[in-house]
Amino acid sequence: MIQVRDARYRWPGAASDCLLIDSLALAEGASMFLHGPSGSGKSTLLGLLAGVLVPQAGDVTLLGTRLQGLSAVRRDAFRADHVGYIFQQFNLLPYLSVEDNVLMACRFSKLRHQRAVAAGGTALACARELLEGVGLDAGLWRRKASELSVGQQQRVAAARALIGAPEVVIADEPTSALDAAMRDGFMRLLRRECARAGSALVFVSHDERLAESFDRVVSLPSVNRAAVRPAREEAVA
Amino acid sequence: MNALLMIAWRSGWNRRATLALVAFSIGLSTFLLLGFERVRADLRESFSQSVSGTDLIVGARTGGVQLMLYSVFHVGGATNNIRMDSVRAIEQNKSVGWVVPLSLGDSHLGFPVLATTPGFFEHFQYGYRQHLALASGRLFDGSLDELYDTVVGAEVADALGYKLGQKITLSHGAGGPGGIEHADKPFTVVGILQRTGTPVDRTVHISLEAMEAIHLDWAGGAPMPGVAIPAAMARKFDLAPKQVTAALVGLKSRAAVFGVQRFVADYPQEALMAVLPGVALDQLWDVVGAGEKALLALSALVAVVSFAGLVAVILAGLNERRRELAVLRAIGAGPRQVLMLLLAEGSLVALLGVGIGAILVAASTVGLGPWIQSQYGIVLSAAPPSDEEWKRVGEIVLAGIVASLIPAWRAYRLSLVDGLSPRV
Repeated sequence: MIQVRDARYRWPGAASDCLLIDSLALAEGASMFLHGPSGSGKSTLLGLLAGVLVPQAGDVTLLGTRLQGLSAVRRDAFRADHVGYIFQQFNLLPYLSVEDNVLMACRFSKLRHQRAVAAGGTALACARELLEGVGLDAGLWRRKASELSVGQQQRVAAARALIGAPEVVIADEPTSALDAAMRDGFMRLLRRECARAGSALVFVSHDERLAESFDRVVSLPSVNRAAVRPAREEAVA
Repeated sequence: MNALLMIAWRSGWNRRATLALVAFSIGLSTFLLLGFERVRADLRESFSQSVSGTDLIVGARTGGVQLMLYSVFHVGGATNNIRMDSVRAIEQNKSVGWVVPLSLGDSHLGFPVLATTPGFFEHFQYGYRQHLALASGRLFDGSLDELYDTVVGAEVADALGYKLGQKITLSHGAGGPGGIEHADKPFTVVGILQRTGTPVDRTVHISLEAMEAIHLDWAGGAPMPGVAIPAAMARKFDLAPKQVTAALVGLKSRAAVFGVQRFVADYPQEALMAVLPGVALDQLWDVVGAGEKALLALSALVAVVSFAGLVAVILAGLNERRRELAVLRAIGAGPRQVLMLLLAEGSLVALLGVGIGAILVAASTVGLGPWIQSQYGIVLSAAPPSDEEWKRVGEIVLAGIVASLIPAWRAYRLSLVDGLSPRV
């Protein structure tokens, strides 16, 4: 379902490639744990998978669709329909309520809105079900996102990534801002909810202890043939 | 699209303190631009409504604008008087229907005094050919019995609280401190005119003979020492005026207007001129136009400054919102939608500002209108916006949208470069 073949990416203005992957694949509904030190091209790979970046050579295929074959607008729409994304931190629009943040994913995708309605009766009911699923107190649902703790915000982000059952959920070090106890809880609920929605999970972390029970564990430096160097500085330069 | 508007609104509401300030400054510049337009239009309306049905105004040779200003609006003064003989000669012209001589110069507590014939009340028209009408009392007939009778305009009566029978004295010249009163010859208010919205409201009307009477014992602009002619005695003198300031002329047929104008200009015994009120007003607008343009340019500059404020505030906030943009991108928003979002935000603020300005204009025309009318004689209409004002509103909103394009474009670039990983 996810297929990366001979993909090469170089940041604009950079002297050398940041990413060079011969082959990387993930089956439908499966889970993959990606790890590697900073600078190993994790953000770049996630950018490619989300269709925000386009490889200069090779293919990135999601659900049988070659992403670089789509226009930028269609790629954005594709991401809205099929990809749920969780950041390390600051996932939410601080001025919206918890519920509205979750529903936001449906506002940009008719498909996911329809699926949410099919699953919960209304999109709001579906959002509430998910919030319950990630263990967020009903009393917090109407609060502004900015009033929540970091751990609570990450749960809301998970609910948003999962609403409307996107085929792929990408989580970019979602637990790095959480303490150990919260981290384990978050991992469990994320895995459980992904399984329930039937979404494939691409989970990135430098913490290899989290890798257990993933279908695939991939070390990025081992699949990325490009020289390991800090991509960030090059991009800025 | 709805989602974007919703986000723009909620995001803006989150920063309402700063944005409200910007909206208020846009509101003020809208108020300036719209208010200016309203005053300008109403001023012109007021001026052009002030006289109608008069075909020519005759006076000593001067500028057409000046003649119009002092004879109809009682602003400024005449360079010279004209002889009554000349007025009578014009009256004899076969195309002329009526002539109303006007004599100006004195005042009453700041209100101008107009000496004229009873024909003034018959022939003077304003607005859309409306005649003057009495609110109470009667007119004076120009006879010696009614020599010291006066008919005052509505504003004079209102402002000074005059009722019929009120005794008043006139001041020589413009009055004020150091001015000399015609205290020996008091007048009686016998009539109060209905409000017209023209300078007539602010005028004290007396007969030409009365004007002669109060100046009998005067010479060279001052009372003659040792000479005092009592009010009743004055009736025994020849009170027929020798000179007047100007005259209003009505023609039997408008077609003759240029013929009569030439007749007046070529009048051999005295240097006279005749102006068409409409033409003189056009000349006045030409003069005033330059000032209007300067004021308009200033107001426009103020608007530019407030829009610069809008751009600066949104741009300054943008860096802190890069994560917000990345979140939107992750949910599936494209750079174009980010652009639309920022455009919507700026436009909403601009729209809000224009709304504030429009409300300010409406509130101040209703609230300050009566005061402005009493102070300056300008009637501000509390009417819905004119076409010109709608156009102005459209221009301001458009300027707001164009200004919003700047932060919107910046956000577009940022979201394109940042993607899902903002560099903050």
